[in-house]
Amino acid sequence: MRPLTEAETRAVFEKLGKYIGENIQLLVDRPDGTYCFRLHRDRVYYLSEKLLKLAASVPRESLVAAGTCFGKFTKSQKFRLSVTALDFLAPYAKVGHGSSSPGPVPAPAPHNSSHLSQYKVWVKPGSEQSFLYGNHVLKSGLGRITENTAQYQGVVVYSMADVPLGFGVAAKSTQECRKVDPLAIVVFHQADVGEYVRNEDTLT
Amino acid sequence: MGRKLDPTRKEKRGPGRKARKQRGAEVELARFLPPGKCGLGPARGRPAAPPAKPAVKAAGQTARGQTGFSDGNSKWLAPAKAKKTQPKGNHTELSSDGEVEEGNWEMEEEEDGSSEEMVDDYGASSSEEDELLPIEKAALKQKSDREGLGEDDSEEEEGEEAAEEANRQKMGQKEEEGLDLQLNLDIDEQFKLPTNEEIEKEDILFIFFPPAEPPDLHVIHQRIQGNMEVLQDFVVKREEGRTRQEYLALLRRDMAAYYSYSDFLLMKLMDIFPLPELVNFLEANEVPRPVTIRTNTLKTRRRDLAQALINRGVNLDPLGKWSKTGLVIYDSSVPIGATPEYLAGHYMLQGASSLLPVMALAPQENERILDMCCAPGGKTSYIAQLMKNTGMILANDSNAERLRSVVGNLHRLGVTNTVVSNCDGRQFPKVLGGFDRVLLDAPCSGTGVISKDPAVKTNKDEKDILRCAHLQKELILSAIDSVNAASETGGYIVYCTCSIMVEENEWVVDYALKKRNVRLVATGLDFGKEGFTRFKDRRFHPSLKSARRFYPHTHNMDGFFIAKFKKFSNAIPQARKEPAAEAAAPSAVPDTVTEPQPKKKKLDGSKADKEQKLPQPALKKKHSLKAQRRPLKA
Repeated sequence: MRPLTEAETRAVFEKLGKYIGENIQLLVDRPDGTYCFRLHRDRVYYLSEKLLKLAASVPRESLVAAGTCFGKFTKSQKFRLSVTALDFLAPYAKVGHGSSSPGPVPAPAPHNSSHLSQYKVWVKPGSEQSFLYGNHVLKSGLGRITENTAQYQGVVVYSMADVPLGFGVAAKSTQECRKVDPLAIVVFHQADVGEYVRNEDTLT
Repeated sequence: MGRKLDPTRKEKRGPGRKARKQRGAEVELARFLPPGKCGLGPARGRPAAPPAKPAVKAAGQTARGQTGFSDGNSKWLAPAKAKKTQPKGNHTELSSDGEVEEGNWEMEEEEDGSSEEMVDDYGASSSEEDELLPIEKAALKQKSDREGLGEDDSEEEEGEEAAEEANRQKMGQKEEEGLDLQLNLDIDEQFKLPTNEEIEKEDILFIFFPPAEPPDLHVIHQRIQGNMEVLQDFVVKREEGRTRQEYLALLRRDMAAYYSYSDFLLMKLMDIFPLPELVNFLEANEVPRPVTIRTNTLKTRRRDLAQALINRGVNLDPLGKWSKTGLVIYDSSVPIGATPEYLAGHYMLQGASSLLPVMALAPQENERILDMCCAPGGKTSYIAQLMKNTGMILANDSNAERLRSVVGNLHRLGVTNTVVSNCDGRQFPKVLGGFDRVLLDAPCSGTGVISKDPAVKTNKDEKDILRCAHLQKELILSAIDSVNAASETGGYIVYCTCSIMVEENEWVVDYALKKRNVRLVATGLDFGKEGFTRFKDRRFHPSLKSARRFYPHTHNMDGFFIAKFKKFSNAIPQARKEPAAEAAAPSAVPDTVTEPQPKKKKLDGSKADKEQKLPQPALKKKHSLKAQRRPLKA
């Protein structure tokens, strides 16, 4: 368990920035304490400083996970965001959308959660399952998309009920999306919640 | 087919198809009523059934003592000879009449042609040769085929044995017939316990010459029922000269064969449960428990989740008054473990009994909690949700493979206040201590979850249980030592297992009470059976009444045992000759001394010392001085 080096921090923030823009500060300074990133066995964990003290006392060989894993560094030192970070990069559904709205303070989401994830894509119910199996999103499955999404912009994928389903990268800008034919890919799949069932082993 | 109580309507007899149609209730009634009283309220048909019942009962009483049946059934229905004298017979006959009448009423209630079945149960006609059902005929044919096969065998002995076996089966069949007849008509007839020679023969057959065909389960089942009847009313129903042990031995063998248990496990179960409950328990283990889920209140509410799942086509209900987050799933058109709500972390598949230890633990916000054996993470995530992601949880498990599912579940459910570690539980508190609460869901023999894992029926023996118990004792001491007794809000340890064995439950808890400064407190669960305070030759601390046991057959959840300790001192009582010198020890002494089991040889030394101390408080100082001096001397 060690803090990230300069290069590593830059890589992580760059990746995060693709999805949430410049609001990374909101992840670090939260009302319920300061949070930090730590590296353990090539995985990046996001945890509060209080939890850090506990995690530091556990012997290194025995430590498996601490806080939330955001992603891991590949062998060539590239940072790959994993679906486990979804709770932090996607805001909760707002009241009035008919879906879940938790009573107590939603801890994983920072206080002004509504503006964290800038670019969103909503998927039609028919193509939900397809995305959850790891396929890309086609134009025929696209429900809504945030205005002025640039090409290759990181997006968060939601279902029509505002339930976050995963991450993606926009394959086409919003303008192009309108013009393209129904079978063209509009969002490249990066991570989805179906991985909890499909790839349970690779989460650790 | 009509079910009218019309005595003038002749019912068909003979092997034809029309005879197979369900016989009306008048046939049943005819067996009990004296002639002429058949068919009270004839034309009213079904609605007559309830009012007919008391009349039938009265009539039944007067039907006592009849040697034959004077109605049209006497040709094919002959009661067995009565053995006992009338008074005894009266008593039992009444009860059987009541029993049979209830069955009778049941039959009248039932719509479909299950009167054949009912008839079979009472055995009025099923055993008669000329009334054989096609399937019985086929069975007999099969038996004679087997016999034929047996004789065709080149080995003489085997042929003999097989023939004997077939003979024995026929005997069993006759026994069964005898049984059926008896249960119905004449309770004076007894359950025939096979003689010792017959039992030995069976044993030899099974050991040396495994029979070509598997044992006839129906016969065994009948034997079990008959045997249990005798055992419950032993004084009345016993056969002269046969001991209770013989009946019990046969019952054990039959149950082991019928339910596929090892003899060892069945013996243990017979010690724990009284006989009728034992059968319920064994039956409950054959059937899986209902699927239950727990709402993840960090992300959703139970109401909303229920609505969302209902929209997907799931049939569910709240779990019960005692749980605000549980839902029981009756059936579902989509796989419960793969709905988008599951993937979004809105709920967790968890057994109902797994909710209980966490409810007993009652974690508060901003506490430090240790979960020593956390895989697959259901209880840990429940703790986190009760704490609303505040505080800190250390989730530990010694099995690295299973920890993957812990990490997966925790991330899916949005738990952020947990550190997952892979240590042996016995290394605590060396690794880390000073927790507010500890949950120990100890690895056990799994005898409470036989319905999930039937292999437990046969692969557990004495060594396994004792090994588990040993590990549990070490773990519980580590758990107790990891708790800070001086914590403002905490100081609690919850010990639970999914086993019903006393060696793994009450024994371990009692051990902990003796070895550490803890006491048992109420779990907060108001349902469930109390823990045992005594079992066979062992006596446990009376506070074990506050522990709770749950069984599959009474609570419809997996077998479980839960005990909650409160640690009142961080000191560890010394179990050696020299008296404990710590200041906290005197307060510990009264507690440990009042766990008195003079029969126990374990802590004799320390007990003697402590007993010395109590009546002589003035000498306490002397003792402690002595203790201070002793290390120097040594």
